[in-house]
This record gives sequence, structure tokens and C-alpha cells, in this order.
Amino acid sequence: MKNENKILSREITPEAMYFNRRNFIRAGILAASAVATGVVYRKLNPVGTETKKTIETAKIENVVKPTVIATNDTSGFRVDEKQTPFDDITHYNNFYEFSTDKEAVAEKAANFKTDGWTVSVEGLCNKPKIFALDDILKIAPPEERVYRMRCVEGWSLVVPWIGFSLSKLLNAIEPLSSAKYVAFETLLDATRMPGQNTDVLNWPYVEGLRMDEAMHPLTLLTSGLYGRALPPQDGAPIRLIIPWKYGFKGIKSIVKIKLVEQQPRTTWSDYAPNEYGFYANVNPHVDHPRWSQATEQRIGEGRRPTLMFNGYEEQVGHLYAGMDLRKNF
Amino acid sequence: MKEGDIKFAKLLVLVNGLVPLALLVWDQSHNRLGANPQNFLILTTGMMALIFLILTLAVTPLRKIFGLNWLIQLRRMLGLYAFFYACLHFLCFYSLDRAFNFSSTIQEIIARKYIWFGMTALLVMVPLAVTSTNGMIKRLGGKRWRALHRLAYVAAICGVIHYYMQVKADVRLPLVFAAVLAILLGYRILEYLRSRKPKAAAVPAK
Ligand code: HEM
Repeated sequence: MKNENKILSREITPEAMYFNRRNFIRAGILAASAVATGVVYRKLNPVGTETKKTIETAKIENVVKPTVIATNDTSGFRVDEKQTPFDDITHYNNFYEFSTDKEAVAEKAANFKTDGWTVSVEGLCNKPKIFALDDILKIAPPEERVYRMRCVEGWSLVVPWIGFSLSKLLNAIEPLSSAKYVAFETLLDATRMPGQNTDVLNWPYVEGLRMDEAMHPLTLLTSGLYGRALPPQDGAPIRLIIPWKYGFKGIKSIVKIKLVEQQPRTTWSDYAPNEYGFYANVNPHVDHPRWSQATEQRIGEGRRPTLMFNGYEEQVGHLYAGMDLRKNF
Repeated sequence: MKEGDIKFAKLLVLVNGLVPLALLVWDQSHNRLGANPQNFLILTTGMMALIFLILTLAVTPLRKIFGLNWLIQLRRMLGLYAFFYACLHFLCFYSLDRAFNFSSTIQEIIARKYIWFGMTALLVMVPLAVTSTNGMIKRLGGKRWRALHRLAYVAAICGVIHYYMQVKADVRLPLVFAAVLAILLGYRILEYLRSRKPKAAAVPAK
């Protein structure tokens, strides 16, 4: 037995070596190809997890917290739902000025500088003014508002924003009675906002509200979240939050606010008038032409039914009394 | 190419086709699918289905242009991977987007034009997968089998339209897919026209 084995093994040695070497090379090719495929896969399907680090923005002092009398508080200033983790709010952003990839915005926006920021508040008013950012922030004390945020794409967050009602700024410039709408504009600077080098959208991003919508106490001129200044990817240094409307109405990095007589153009309804309306109120009964709006993916949780006016019907329903919300979507 | 080399090439395709799935499962178990893992799973599986479909369709042009006849031996596996990821894509939609609700799935399929195209692509791939075995090729006969499997182009065209339609605004990547598909299809059409010409010329010469 032993003897036989020896002879056999001696005989096959050269061939075995040949096979071994070839197998070795093949194993190498196999491994290398799998790595290459993995790299291509990651390129095509980036999740941006590498950038998941805490963003250092300044702390906001003396924030006024909303009263927590959940049962009889009808302000809508605080929803009692689980707040979305900071990391998710800051790494899942629709901000085409930096990237059309929601997971990539944080990284692309990381070095966005807002030094010397000004906001021109103008149009049909008695006291138009170009505000330095600090001066705007002094108009009213910062309040925390815990709002639902519903994206038109079918996902949602709960965010503790910091800001104050836009009405306080508008009152300060004394609107004329001829002012029927408010038009907003984002910074236009392709060197700081590289996404503006593409023509995916018409730059600068513009938005608008009817005067009564703009004056509603829920409409928040927002400068922070989670007790800190807005990170660049969430619209630094100052943005709008209108919690009963789809997220795209909440224009970011605002440089101009203008009181006007006619309904202003807005970026998304310019882009696709049949898909995105001027009002863009959250409405589970009116689908986007390409997808259902009946339910939403709450980030970090499961799917849930979407609420009329995003759950703020009690506060804002009267603004749209008698309007056909299918036509005025 | 030798038998052993072809076996190895098949192994390469087999392993590499599983890489995206392995990474998906790995990332999922490490909570690394980003803020919206449900949507990520739907998008990624759809993307993989389309990529494997395009790779499948690239086999014949590459084989003819570069004379790499052995490539044909890899085509079935590429096609089956396309079908596999398309099924996963649908399952993700059914489970994560529609919460296993059959009637809301049907409603959504009926209501959304972009899903009509996705559905068509998936349905078209079913007979192709079923008839992908050697036995089926024999039973159908090469000619009929080839005619049937031209439906792979229908699946890919529907897949690209489906992709293009569901994008919100940035259509650059879907257009790249459309361009690649147009090149592959254009090549086949040119080939077909070229193969017909001599015959047409031969008629008057008789
Ligand atoms: C019944 C069948 C199908 C259904 C219900 C379906 C559904 C969907 C849904 C819901 C999305 C994501 C929309 C969004 O959240 O933005 C999507 C995206 C996509 N689907 Fe399908 N799909 C189907 C079949 C297919 C097939 C067969 C293919 C490939 C050939 C495909 C390729 C894609 C691609 C490439 C995307 C976009 C991925 C991305 O944006 O990265 N789908 N599909």
C-alpha cells in the first residue's frame, strides 16, 4: 500500500505542480475580478457611508423650546413622533446645487462657506433692506420646532428645526397691501455650488408662497437643527421650512426674498408643470403622475400612511377652503 | 479556448454575478445601506438587472467584432443573472414598497406608466429564462429559439424606458444606458442588413 502511494505521487508530481500553479493564477484572477466588480458596484451604487461623521456647526444659544402639552397644543409646533437621527437628516439630502445623489450631498457641500452672507428682503414693502445674516437672526429669538418633513419622492423625516416664523421678518419690512406673493431665491454661484455647472435644473433655484401662507406661524425661517447651525447640506445658512408642503418648497441657502403682486415662477413647476404645482401641499389623495403619494417611507422606520397637509390640516386647512386641490396641486 | 478555460470563465461569471448580492447582504447586515435602505435595495437590484441585461446583449457584438467565439458560452449565465436581479427587484418592491399587499401592488402596477415598462421587461424575461436550458434549445430548434430570444432586446428597451421615466430630473445615467443599448441594437440591425444584401443582389443575377 505505502509503496504504491509513493510511486503514484512521484509520477503525478509534475502535473500536480502544473495544476497548482495554474489554479493559483486562476484563484488570483478570480479574486481580482471579484474585487474589481465590487469596486464598480460601489461606484454605481454609492451609499456615502464613509462621510458619516458628525458635522461641526456652531451651537445655537438660548433656543426657545416649544411647550410640551401634547394634548391641547394646537400650534403644530411640536409633533410627538420619534425624531430622525441627526446622521440621517444630514446624509440624505435633496440639494441639486451640490449633487443629484442624496447620499453624496453632505460630502460635496462640506466646504461650503457662508461668510459674509446677506439676504436682500425687498419688493412691495415700506422698508426693504439687505440684511447681514446676523441681523436677520436678531429679529426674533430662535425657537425649536419639531416638524414632519415629507419629500415629494415619498419619504419623510421628523426634524427639530431652529428658527422663527417668517412672518416676523416680513412684518419688519412692512409689506404693502399690493403684495400678494413672496418670491425666494437661492444663491447663484457655481464655484461654491458645483451642481450649478449642470443644467439639470434652471438656476438659481426659486420658490414662492402666497402671502397668507408666508405669514402663517408654521412657516419657519430656519437657521438650525438639533440645537446647531444648519449644516451646509441642509441649506446653510438660512432656509425655509413649510411643514405642510412637500420638501422642495423649503428653499435652501436663501439670498433674496421679494414681495410681489403676481404668482412667481418656481423651479420644479417650471421643470415639469404637470408633476409639481405651485402649491405642492402634501396630499395623500393626489398622486404624483409617476408614483403614489398615499404612503411614505419614514426614514429609519417603516412605511406609513401620508396625512392630509402632512398632519397640519387643523392649522392650515382653512387657507385652501373652497379650492380644488386636484387642480391646484 | 480549451474546455477547462471555458469552465473557468463560467466560474468567473458565476462568482462576479454574486458579488453585488453579497455586498448588498453584507452592507444590509452592517446597516450600511444609507438613510433609506428600503429604497436603496429597490434601486440597486433594478440597476443590477439592467446591467446584466446589457452585458448579455453585448456578448454577440463583442464575439463577432473580436472573434471571441467562446464568449457565447457565458451568455446564458449573464441572462439568468439579469432575470435573478429583476426578480429580486420586484420582490423588494412588493415587500418594502408595498408591504406585501397584493392589491396595492396590482393597483400601483396599473397606475404607473413607468412600472408598465418594468413589468413588461420582467414578464418578457420569464419565457427567456424558462427556455434557457440546452433541452429547450433543442426542443425549439435553433432558429425559433433565436427568434424568441430577440425578446431580450424588448426587455432591455423597456428596462431603460422604465429607468428613464422614474428618475426625477437627472437623466444623465439613464441616457448613458440608452446610448449603450442603441449601439448594441444598431450593431445587430447593421449585421442583419448586411447579411441580407448579398441575397438581394443575387436575385437579378439569376
Ligand atoms: C414588475 C416589475 C417592476 C417593478 C414593479 C419595478 C419597480 C421599480 C420601482 C418602484 C423603482 C424605484 C422608483 C423610485 O423609488 O424612485 C424602480 C427603479 C428601477 N428599476 Fe424597476 N421595476 C420592475 C422591473 C424592472 C426591470 C425588469 C428592470 C430591469 C431590466 C428594472 C430596472 C430598474 C432600474 C434600472 C431602476 C432605477 C434604479 C436607479 O435609479 O438607480 N425594473 N423599479
